[in-house]
Amino acid sequence: MTQLILVQSEALEPWQAIADFQSSNFKDHTDFGATATFVGTMRDLNEGDEVLEMTLEHYPAMTQKQLQSIVDEAGEKWPLLHTLLIHRVGAIKPADPIVLVAVWSAHRAAAFDACRFLMEALKHQAPFWKKESLTSGETRWVAKNTLGTS
Amino acid sequence: MVKILYFASLRELVGVPEASLDLGEPLDAAEVWDAVNPAIDLPEASLVAINQSYAALDSVVVPGDEVAFFPPVTGG
Repeated sequence: MTQLILVQSEALEPWQAIADFQSSNFKDHTDFGATATFVGTMRDLNEGDEVLEMTLEHYPAMTQKQLQSIVDEAGEKWPLLHTLLIHRVGAIKPADPIVLVAVWSAHRAAAFDACRFLMEALKHQAPFWKKESLTSGETRWVAKNTLGTS
Repeated sequence: MVKILYFASLRELVGVPEASLDLGEPLDAAEVWDAVNPAIDLPEASLVAINQSYAALDSVVVPGDEVAFFPPVTGG
C-alpha cells in the first residue's frame, strides 16, 4: 500500500496532487476499481459572519503522529490499496482547499467508508486549530467543528 | 525537567508558547498546569497530550515528558 501524508503551508491543488500521486506510485496498475476523494475548502461565511482570512496552526510532532495513526487504522479496517492525505497550515483564504483525503481500493464500499472515516477521525483527533479574521476586523478562534453527519 | 507547550487560544491565554518545569514530586497533567500557571484556571474542554499522544488530566507526568495543553481541535 502506498501512503502519503503531507502537512504543508504551500497552496494545495487537490486534483493535481491526486494526479501526481497516482502517476508516480501506481501509474499502470489495474487492481483498483474505486477511488474516493474528499476536498475540504474554506468558506467565506461561518457562524453568520463573513470571514476574510483564516490561519491554521498545528502541533507538528503530534499532527504527524495522529495522521499516521488514523491512516494506519483505516488500512486495518478496510482493504485499501493507496491513501493520500494532505492538510494545509498557515494563511488561508476563502475558496482555498484546506484538506484532501483520497483512497484507492478494489471496490467502492471500502473507498467510500474509509474516506469518510479518515476525514472524521482527522477532524476529531488531529491537532489543528483555525483562527478566523472577519471582515469586521475581529479575529477569533473557531471553537469547535461542525457535525459530520447530516 | 518537563517541557510544556501551549497551542492556539491557550497559548494566547498564557502569553507564551512554551514553558518548563522541574518536577520535585510526581504530578499529574492538571497539577503541572497549576504549577506553571498558578493564576490561570485551565479552561474547560481543554485537551492535554503527553509525548504527542492524548492523555487525561490525571495522567502522571514524569521527567523528560513533553506536555501540551490546547483547546478542542478544529482542523479539516
